[in-house]
Amino acid sequence: MTLELVANIPHGRIEEKWASHVDQIRLVGPRNRPRYTVIVVGTGLAGAAAAASMGAMGYNVECYCFQDSPRRAHSIAAQGGINAAKDYRNDGDSVFRLFYDTQKGGDYRSREANVYRLAELSMGIIDQAVAQGVPFAREYGGLLANRSFGGVLVERTFYCRGETGQQLLLGANSALAREIHDGRVRMHTRTELLDIVVVDGRARGIVVRDLVTGEIASVAGDAVVLATGGYSNVYYLSTNAKGCNVTATWRAHKKGAGFANPCYCQIHPTCIPAAGDHQAKLTLMSESLRNDGRIWVPRKRGETRPPSEIQEEDRYYFLEERYPRFGNLVPRDVASRNAKDVCDEHLGVGPTGYGVYLDFRDAIRDRGATVIEGRYGNLFEMYERITDEDPRSTPMRIYPAPHYTMGGLWVDYNLMTSLPGLFAIGEANFSDHGANRLGASSLMQCLADGYFIMPVTIADYISRHPRGEVGVDHPAFKDAEQSLRERTEQLLSIRGKRSTESFHRELGKLMTDHCGISRNETGLKEALKTIPDIREAFWKDLSVTGSGAELNQSLEHAGRVADFLEFAELMCLDALTREESCGCHFREEHQTKDGEALRNDEEFAHVAIWEYTGKDRIPVLHKEPLHFEALPLARRNYKT
Amino acid sequence: MKITLKVWRQRTAADTGRMVAYKMDGISPDMSFLEMMDLLNEQLNTRGEDPVAFDSDCREGVCGTCSMVIDGRPHGPATATTTCQLYMRQFADGATITVEPWRAKAFPVVRDLVVDRSSFDRIMQAGGYVTVHAGPKPDPNAMPIEPEVVELSLDAATCIGCGACVAACPNGAAMLFTAAKVSHLGLLPQGQPERYTRVVNMVRQMETEGFGACRNYAECEAACPKQISIGFISRMNRDYVRATLVEPVDPRGTMAPQ
Repeated sequence: MTLELVANIPHGRIEEKWASHVDQIRLVGPRNRPRYTVIVVGTGLAGAAAAASMGAMGYNVECYCFQDSPRRAHSIAAQGGINAAKDYRNDGDSVFRLFYDTQKGGDYRSREANVYRLAELSMGIIDQAVAQGVPFAREYGGLLANRSFGGVLVERTFYCRGETGQQLLLGANSALAREIHDGRVRMHTRTELLDIVVVDGRARGIVVRDLVTGEIASVAGDAVVLATGGYSNVYYLSTNAKGCNVTATWRAHKKGAGFANPCYCQIHPTCIPAAGDHQAKLTLMSESLRNDGRIWVPRKRGETRPPSEIQEEDRYYFLEERYPRFGNLVPRDVASRNAKDVCDEHLGVGPTGYGVYLDFRDAIRDRGATVIEGRYGNLFEMYERITDEDPRSTPMRIYPAPHYTMGGLWVDYNLMTSLPGLFAIGEANFSDHGANRLGASSLMQCLADGYFIMPVTIADYISRHPRGEVGVDHPAFKDAEQSLRERTEQLLSIRGKRSTESFHRELGKLMTDHCGISRNETGLKEALKTIPDIREAFWKDLSVTGSGAELNQSLEHAGRVADFLEFAELMCLDALTREESCGCHFREEHQTKDGEALRNDEEFAHVAIWEYTGKDRIPVLHKEPLHFEALPLARRNYKT
Repeated sequence: MKITLKVWRQRTAADTGRMVAYKMDGISPDMSFLEMMDLLNEQLNTRGEDPVAFDSDCREGVCGTCSMVIDGRPHGPATATTTCQLYMRQFADGATITVEPWRAKAFPVVRDLVVDRSSFDRIMQAGGYVTVHAGPKPDPNAMPIEPEVVELSLDAATCIGCGACVAACPNGAAMLFTAAKVSHLGLLPQGQPERYTRVVNMVRQMETEGFGACRNYAECEAACPKQISIGFISRMNRDYVRATLVEPVDPRGTMAPQ
């Protein structure tokens, strides 16, 4: 089997591609839509928007989430904002500039046509959200307010205090609730996807486990949409919710969907540092804090004075000094790498030495306590609750943490994976952020995919195939169910000594050390050697109590970690193969004299797509070359 | 720190549960409450016992998944704090801490500390939306909204749907939740066309789900991790009265799906 990797990028000028594509693709008429069943997995921004939109169009939608309510998906935790090229500030913004910023921020490792489409659709997202009742911040005159976000020179970010993700998700979820009420979407909560079922080379449905009863069941559909998020939890400690996992995308990969750029993981610069070994997750502090906070470390190693007593000349504002034009607003990858650098030089602060200060002293002095409180009040409270320190009087301590994965299932321009009938949207796909995502762009991409792109493009696939061809009585479903029951039994029957948690922590530490903010050949090779050992130990010494026929959270976690233990290897292999530094992927062997990332456009201006070839077999690498027609390749430079 | 935990254990919805005591040692004051529970579960696992089932996800205080009644108070002793944002430094060394699930007729226990809150989702499905489909919309700046109105709406919209208000209420009422949802949209111009049908449908669903009646105890406000004001309940009541007594009910209120 080889992967079908035709990107289906429309011809024509970049400004015309999407419009002409919509003009030309096949559609399904309103009377026919109820006859088709679409399965949507995940109810974050992408999934909820897609399920609601397709339900409203008339499709028969089966929607799944593992949480107890669709409203709890992790999009809810996004704090800072959502970009749109509205140019309300009259500061020179445009669709092209948003496209340019996204391409440049992604270090020219994404597909131009997709990125341009995203920029084009950004404005409609704001209009849509406001129409739903999303209470975006307003100015005195009642018009929408904006702020700026890392890596750009315009103010194009819309926000709802520090909870933009929650408000946008409540908007999408309210649309979903309406469709559920009207019966066009059937919502299945506390239900986890375990596998994708493929018949004659096309995705025909999924197998799920009811997390309360433990029952394993099949669902057939005319198309399957994965909106299952990213895989940052491969690091164990990340900003993701505890339940976030790679299972859906990894299972899809094993069933024939190519996995693109798995090594691209964004390490977010502004998170609260780990306090000790008990740490269960890391908490993000919105990047918007960098608009007013100044990042620094003491100039002297072994500085013992409290931060308030350290004089100006003894403070090293390393981002402002190294990047005078962007200062504290450099893109996330640059900010993270520099923080790690200064901590590696033993200038870091806090109990572990892995932390830098984010200081609001000057902002409070210049703009007043009320203004700063209004902007970041809830973030300050959140920080204080966790650390027992008040950031109004003592600087915050921050350190980078894995946050978002740009890699994901490869999709074509229609957002369909290389497995026909299987679509991937939101963070689950690889499409728009290249090697690094700009702040306030993930909400934008999820909603563009979910509201405007996939509900239209899916028709092109659906209309080409007879409906309801394969039902759950097909042997492929029965076989899948059987093998999943056996796997559950296997996890329960090991009866070893170690908890799932301990294996997850061990894998996480290995990945943080060797496949994190910076990577090198030796480390990656070591990780590749160690991961199979951890995996072997897992299947020999795991302890999961209870049974498969009840609510069993250890069993759920064990299944997810088992998949992370396979996936981690692909991530390291991809990082090892990409012999360049680009965006968040920093290979120590490839840097300039002053430590900046050194891209290799001649050999690596491509999407790396991995094909699964079987257990314990080396996956096959395919390449989708990237073409730069609208925007010529340029080296990222945030210095001048 | 040393602590003694008394945790509600209940295997299935049908079982009668009981409190079980666990002694724990070596707890760091910088641990979150849920990290302490993680540690308990690791220890139970090592002993071959079933871990305590509890819900949590984002652990940042915004998804609304975590739901524990700690020492008799939903989300524990700290104000404006979800369970996941509660730290062990809040408790004294040697303390005995009781941990129970949300208790309300409309939130049946699923297992241990996990409850079924799907009744909240059904209240939302009854009317917690503005009916708009995806597609082109007018520019939002064509409809200016006073920032005070938006901020008030956001005060209501900040509800995370955790259910602490219900767990805190002696009657198990869901008035604060429903009022927050009704007010979020009812305050905004976008929410006006469905304002009165929304309040009627959501309140009816709330009653159908078996939530109790409001007696103005205001325990809900005290327990709310987002400090949502009971002023929204008065607002909802006003709208409900207008919808059912003063204003004629909009006949399109139960408009059939097209």
